[in-house]
Amino acid sequence: MIAIRLQPGPFDAAAEQAALLAGRTDLGAAVAFTGLVRADDGLIALTLEHYPAMTLAQMQAIAHEAAARWPGVVGCIIHRHGRLLPGEAIVLVITASPHRADAFAAAQFLMDWLKTQAPFWKREEWADGSSRWVEAKASDNDAAARWA
Amino acid sequence: MTTLLYFAWVRETIGVDTESLALPATLTTVADLLDWLALRSPGHAAALANRARIRVAVDQAFATPQTALATPREIAIFPPVTGG
Repeated sequence: MIAIRLQPGPFDAAAEQAALLAGRTDLGAAVAFTGLVRADDGLIALTLEHYPAMTLAQMQAIAHEAAARWPGVVGCIIHRHGRLLPGEAIVLVITASPHRADAFAAAQFLMDWLKTQAPFWKREEWADGSSRWVEAKASDNDAAARWA
Repeated sequence: MTTLLYFAWVRETIGVDTESLALPATLTTVADLLDWLALRSPGHAAALANRARIRVAVDQAFATPQTALATPREIAIFPPVTGG
């Protein structure tokens, strides 16, 4: 079971991991990945737009795919939307499994697919008042393609 | 009627986030739809000028230019996604 959540507000990664692991004695590995807003070249904010009617369904499909590929993995995905400031967290992926290989692989898979299969778009704002939409990266497509 | 939804710079270039349109029966694929939409206004034409930068979802499922249009209720047009 990999739970999903979409929210504008912040999340507490440590609390999410504690909740996921509570009462479990069968898990030997937990991987937690947090994606952050990076203040490149004077960036002052990042706004995430998304497609409300499709976003949760697509996140669910990604979670189901990971659960099918790594049946022993449990986890959660939390993705934020709206306007975020440098240093703020954008996305949280936590995976846990009896042994570390599956937890690492599932976490990488979830991030690679979230980057390429979930309908979010990032707009960067700069100190001079300008803004621009982030272009999709070929390297993200390559990363996702290795799971084909 | 079909609801068209636009996101990110596609929305900004077209100038609206949604419109409700009666699609002609002659449109059989997503590629046909994009050709037809591009004729609606200079904004549509500009947004759809480079098809390599356009992605489409038909009834909330990712589509390709070859995807057939049956009787779609909702079609979304947007740039390649950049979340995560």
